[in-house]
Amino acid sequence: MMIKKLLYFTGIFLLSTFTGSLETLAEHHEPALDTGDTAWIMTSTALVLFMTLPGLALFYGGLVSSKNVVSALMQVIAIACLMSVLWLFGAYSFSFADGGDLNKYIGSFEKFLFNNIEWNALSGTIPENVFFIFQLTFAVITPALMVGAYVERIKFSSVLLISAIWLFVVYAPVTHWVWGGGWLAELGILDFAGGLVVHTTAGVSALVIAILLGNRSEFPNRVQPPHNPGLVMVGACMLWVGWFGFNGGSALAANANAGMAMLVTHIAAATASLTWMAIEWYKNGKPGLVGLVTGTIAGLATITPASGFVDPKSAFIIGLLAGSICWYCSVLIKQTFNIDDSLDVFAVHGIGGMLGTLMVGFLANESIGGTAGGLEQAKIQITGIVAVAALSIVATYIIVKIVQSTIGLRVSGKEAQEGLDITTHGERGYHL
Amino acid sequence: MKLIIAIIKTFKLEDVQTALSKIGIEGMTVTEVRGFGRQKGHKEVYRGSEYSVKYLPKIKIEIVIDKKIEEKVIKTIQNSANTGEIGDGKIFSFSIDKAIRIRTGEKGPKAI
Repeated sequence: MMIKKLLYFTGIFLLSTFTGSLETLAEHHEPALDTGDTAWIMTSTALVLFMTLPGLALFYGGLVSSKNVVSALMQVIAIACLMSVLWLFGAYSFSFADGGDLNKYIGSFEKFLFNNIEWNALSGTIPENVFFIFQLTFAVITPALMVGAYVERIKFSSVLLISAIWLFVVYAPVTHWVWGGGWLAELGILDFAGGLVVHTTAGVSALVIAILLGNRSEFPNRVQPPHNPGLVMVGACMLWVGWFGFNGGSALAANANAGMAMLVTHIAAATASLTWMAIEWYKNGKPGLVGLVTGTIAGLATITPASGFVDPKSAFIIGLLAGSICWYCSVLIKQTFNIDDSLDVFAVHGIGGMLGTLMVGFLANESIGGTAGGLEQAKIQITGIVAVAALSIVATYIIVKIVQSTIGLRVSGKEAQEGLDITTHGERGYHL
Repeated sequence: MKLIIAIIKTFKLEDVQTALSKIGIEGMTVTEVRGFGRQKGHKEVYRGSEYSVKYLPKIKIEIVIDKKIEEKVIKTIQNSANTGEIGDGKIFSFSIDKAIRIRTGEKGPKAI
């Protein structure tokens, strides 16, 4: 490794002597491209896209009734396509470009349409085009997570409109605050892979949408159970594997930090799965597949902000808390508060994301991520949670109200009864 | 001729079919159906939510037979589909006016 680096720098040295500019070398402290890092982030990008397409789509598709499976799949893939295009049309720029005087809060138009970026420019040790598409896959999955809150009753056009506005008003600013050099980054917030950026924004906003949209007419007593637990399991496992890229890739390098992120991710997921399964076994007398894999997702969401900062022992604790607290909240939201967050987006992602963001404040291991946990760090984490949740609530409320008063939110009762597959998309999930 | 309709538990289909084969029944129509009787539905719990399943899956068997073996067939189905628990199902018997084999045009008991 040392020899390789030595050769590399000798090469650069010779090259710059050849071009006759030794001064340039002296200024040239920026890291050079690292092929290992680049290869890993390209791999991670594919893994994270695979989480959404088809992982999340199948997960949600299996949880809805058989007359709405096409609609759930369609909502996820259409959001993925739309967010990808919007990422190019400004969302990346607002998230990661320098915002000048407003840089604390938002980026700028500088990188709109990939403008002002050399095709082979670097971001750290990887090409910026790789960083662009890696981050794109996060912007794709975040609004897609919210599908779980409004399935089986929302208008498809409203899904697209809400998601599009939301990407600019909630996702891009929060990404800039946390990862784009904004005010939370300056505070020293810890969010390794998106406990705030992805899961808190999506989970909290999902709850707001579910409340404003209203419950399914069959909720809570006559809703159909998940039509295909097998599909739910397949989707959850794709999410699980893809999460190695989500968290491991967020090291933005192929190194021990990435390796530790992957390890703690897996431990938390497995622990939360067993925890959720054990609770249901005790409560209902039977260990269920749908419950176990929901625990998996809760564990994964909760370890996300902590993944590059904690050790495996902490991951086990985070898994235990994720499995039990997220389970409790899923019951609380639906049964006590009577809110039809249909596929538990808030309980799993919102609570998971906030819980993990809080826990990393206490459990961060200085030797792993460079920051030690403690009361001071926890205060910063709480500031982040409150700010991100507040923006999510206010902005989503306004977005949904605007959409409601223009194109409307819900399909008619008759359409919902017949199922969105045939009434909205003209296709059936199953021809039997 | 008689039409026998039996609603049975799904996992009893193989037993009933085997028993009917033994007494010489060579054809039947089988449908997956849902419904409820005295057994009613039951509750399923997913992610902390209770779902009431009102209509339970059952198997419906339809057989057309010669009137002479009616009692034997009914007895066979009753014995082979019996688990002794609630929800074992029902057997109905109807009189049939006509039966025609499409390929040959044979009519009556010869057609079944």
